[in-house]
Amino acid sequence: MAKKGWDEFEIGAMLRTFDGKIDNIAATQQEDRAYSQNSSYTASVADWRLIKPVFNKDYCIDCQFCWIYCPDVSIISRDKKLVGVDMDHCKGCGICVEVCPTNPKSLLMFPEQADEESVIANWPKKDEEEA
Amino acid sequence: MAFDKMELKDIEVWDGNYAAAQAMRQAQVDVVAAYPITPSTPIVEGYAKFLADGYIEGEFVMVESEHAAMSACIGAAAAGGRVATATSSQGLALMSETLYQASGMRLPIVLNLVNRALASPLNVNGDHSDMYMIRDSGWIQFDAFCPQEAYDLNLIAFKVSEDHDIRLPAIVNQDGFMTSHTAQGVKTLSDDAAYGFVGEYKPMNDMLDFEHPVTHGVQTEEDWHFEHKARQHNDLMTKVMPKIQTVFKDFEKLTGRKYTPVEKYDMDDADVCVVCLGTSVETAREVATEMRAKGIKAGVIGLRVIRPFPFFEIAEALKNVKAIAALDRSSPNGAAGMLFNEIAGALFNTGTKALLSGFVYGLGGRDLTKAHLVALFNELQANADAGKVTTKLQQFIGVRGPKLAFL
Repeated sequence: MAKKGWDEFEIGAMLRTFDGKIDNIAATQQEDRAYSQNSSYTASVADWRLIKPVFNKDYCIDCQFCWIYCPDVSIISRDKKLVGVDMDHCKGCGICVEVCPTNPKSLLMFPEQADEESVIANWPKKDEEEA
Repeated sequence: MAFDKMELKDIEVWDGNYAAAQAMRQAQVDVVAAYPITPSTPIVEGYAKFLADGYIEGEFVMVESEHAAMSACIGAAAAGGRVATATSSQGLALMSETLYQASGMRLPIVLNLVNRALASPLNVNGDHSDMYMIRDSGWIQFDAFCPQEAYDLNLIAFKVSEDHDIRLPAIVNQDGFMTSHTAQGVKTLSDDAAYGFVGEYKPMNDMLDFEHPVTHGVQTEEDWHFEHKARQHNDLMTKVMPKIQTVFKDFEKLTGRKYTPVEKYDMDDADVCVVCLGTSVETAREVATEMRAKGIKAGVIGLRVIRPFPFFEIAEALKNVKAIAALDRSSPNGAAGMLFNEIAGALFNTGTKALLSGFVYGLGGRDLTKAHLVALFNELQANADAGKVTTKLQQFIGVRGPKLAFL
């Protein structure tokens, strides 16, 4: 964000989430909303993360548990189908993995630098004991 | 709006608390969140009764502490309502953290501060320790010397504070018990005239504007905090005093009652002068008149506006005075008094040769008597005649035991 002088911004310890007026926000997807530069939606905090969740859609049953439990609204779901993780805002807490009920899990944590294709190729098999 | 109007006589017999409560009713305050404390209790009690009796359309929020009271006021003000409350002493101390939040968030809130000593030892009576404690908190501070002024300044405070160029909270001070519980004749405005003067509340950046969502009370670190504080100070230094002057003029047009940031009494040719706050101003005026009969050209300055400090107005008012006494009703605890320091700051770098001495008096409700003031004016005259301060720069008035003087 541009570093403005003391006389160049609105008074008060106050920030606007959107540029201009909003209308029917509940029916507008995040990517279609006019988030302002002050909204955390436009800021990447990916560098807070040390380990990352990888999503393997082969096992996902679209139960939406990860979407409900994610404390940073970083699970992207469309038409009740999990489509991925918002890697600009995910902090790598691993809660999505904890709550995932499938066997094997559809989300697993890997080091930040892990290659997604190769970890999916080597995804753990079904745990027969747990089943 | 669904509320009853109240028929008032032209002059009602009100104490300062009731006068403030009536002003809050006439301004149709939307939200009062309060945790009552002596001697300010009857103000919020009064609002609650007017509300219960159908004279106000608003909300009274009972909370668990003064910290919560001001916090709820901040929330209500951010939501977009006209907000006020009252407190004293320890209550203000507990509020102090949230006072800085309110002013930094640029939320107009009117706080009736009924001045009372700060413990320890515990004391319910009037002095200015609480007023002094939060003087750097970014609030506008008015000072009423009597119930009439407590009424008038409440109406004035809403109008100044809520202006979109100002948007800073305001405190209306009155002396605990001496003003708050002393009934006097108060000239009233009709409900319509009072509300017409204060005006309809005009929201700004309100959270209830769902088409323009805002986050209030954000965090800033070293990259932004300084700019926010600088903006607030700039507005206090450049915008508030002109706005107060305008509102004072509007109020005079409506009522004939004239207010100025620095209230001068017999100052045109004064050789010696007392500068003080609250009810002491009225006592000092009476004594000054008596001193004139004895040949001492005495004057009095009472500060109507304490923050922003009327730096140039007070320098102008004092420029021809020979000896000045700054009376502080709060223990500076290791320094010169606030008024002494502020006046010294205002006069330094000017051409004046005025002699300035400071006095600490009236702590915990101790009376400032006319005899004290007679002695004080005589001492100022002795300083003026000698061409120097003949005593130490800081003295205590009215305390038992060996004379206390410092600096």
